[in-house]
Amino acid sequence: MSYDTTGTAAQVRGVTRRYRSATALDDVTVGFQQDMIHGLLGRNGAGKTSLMSIVTGQDWPSEGEVDVFGQRPHENEQVLPRICFVREDQRYIDDAKASHAFNAAALAFPNWDWGLAERLISDFNLPQKTRIKKMSKGQRSAVAVIIGLASRADITFFDEPYMGLDAVARQTFYDRLLQDYAEHPRTIVLSSHLIDEIAHLIENVVLIDSGRVLLTEPVEQLRGRAVTLVGRADAVREITADREVLSRESLGRMERTTVLGALTETEQRRMVELDVDVVPVSLQQLVVHLTTRDPQSGDQEVAR
Amino acid sequence: MEDGRPLFVQIAEEVESSVLDGSLAEGERAPSTNELAVFHRINPATAAKGINLLVDREILIKRRGLGMFVAEGAQETLRAQRRQRFADHYLTPMLAEARYIGLSVETVIELLRERDQQRPT
Repeated sequence: MSYDTTGTAAQVRGVTRRYRSATALDDVTVGFQQDMIHGLLGRNGAGKTSLMSIVTGQDWPSEGEVDVFGQRPHENEQVLPRICFVREDQRYIDDAKASHAFNAAALAFPNWDWGLAERLISDFNLPQKTRIKKMSKGQRSAVAVIIGLASRADITFFDEPYMGLDAVARQTFYDRLLQDYAEHPRTIVLSSHLIDEIAHLIENVVLIDSGRVLLTEPVEQLRGRAVTLVGRADAVREITADREVLSRESLGRMERTTVLGALTETEQRRMVELDVDVVPVSLQQLVVHLTTRDPQSGDQEVAR
Repeated sequence: MEDGRPLFVQIAEEVESSVLDGSLAEGERAPSTNELAVFHRINPATAAKGINLLVDREILIKRRGLGMFVAEGAQETLRAQRRQRFADHYLTPMLAEARYIGLSVETVIELLRERDQQRPT
């Protein structure tokens, strides 16, 4: 495998961002490893956009430091052309058509690929002569997504620009992203609250909640953190007796319990004997569990 | 592609099945990490992990610069592994269910014979 696992593309240290009365980011320290697809997950208002704005040099932190490829991104002509940030509410110059936006992007990003851009324009069926202002939400999203992909920037942040796309167009975006990433590995950060849609695309999860980083972890490891058992209540209770329970639901004599930690081999054998089934915990469910836990009991254990 | 087991294990098993049924012949080039990633819509690192699992089990061999190839004898290796797991995966749950609904082992054996004769050819 040729993916670089040593370098860090972007590093944030002790970053706090305060607005007049609110604290959007609270002492955030996080790194984005190079040539990986990261999922930046969290609820609306968790601080995802604030974090990306600061990492991409579009906003200044109140405190703390940011490095992108070893340099401060803010007003830095050497690093900014290597960073692409597309967001859902992307603004364009009045009266600009899609072709104007693409021409501007081609000038701004040294790795811009017109061939890829044209394939995407036809994939998304994008009218080139319509002014962006007059476009539908889906078409505007397509413009942003095309710029994000065709720029082939060394680090690209997608701040939910796909939210405006319908389900079919979103799948097209995910497919094209994977194809192009496979051929041209680079650092990609996808922010989303539709976690299950991107769960298989991402390798690493950065989960933020109320302006703090709850965890940074490979997806595979995160998935192993919890399991859901379904079966007869007494059987499920026997197996989960010594475990930290995240949720428990019952219906008659059946019970469904989600517990922290992977199952041991002994437990797995016991489950077969007791006819208890394991149901995978989706990344979405796990994130919901982790971000809605009682802060008094759960926070430290999760944040570690 | 979601049944509780890690995704990379499922990827590995799928390649194994192709080797077992001969659709992927010994000596033939196996799908690359990127091909698997794009086809299954998963991260290439996950696909790579599945491929590496098969390299560790000596089902696939890496040829520098050329890609992954199915090892000689891979099919027989897999068959032997599957035979070993057969009892655990199929017989144990079957006997548990049989006991649960009050079927004797003898009845189960009879049922197996009957079923085998009905098998479409």
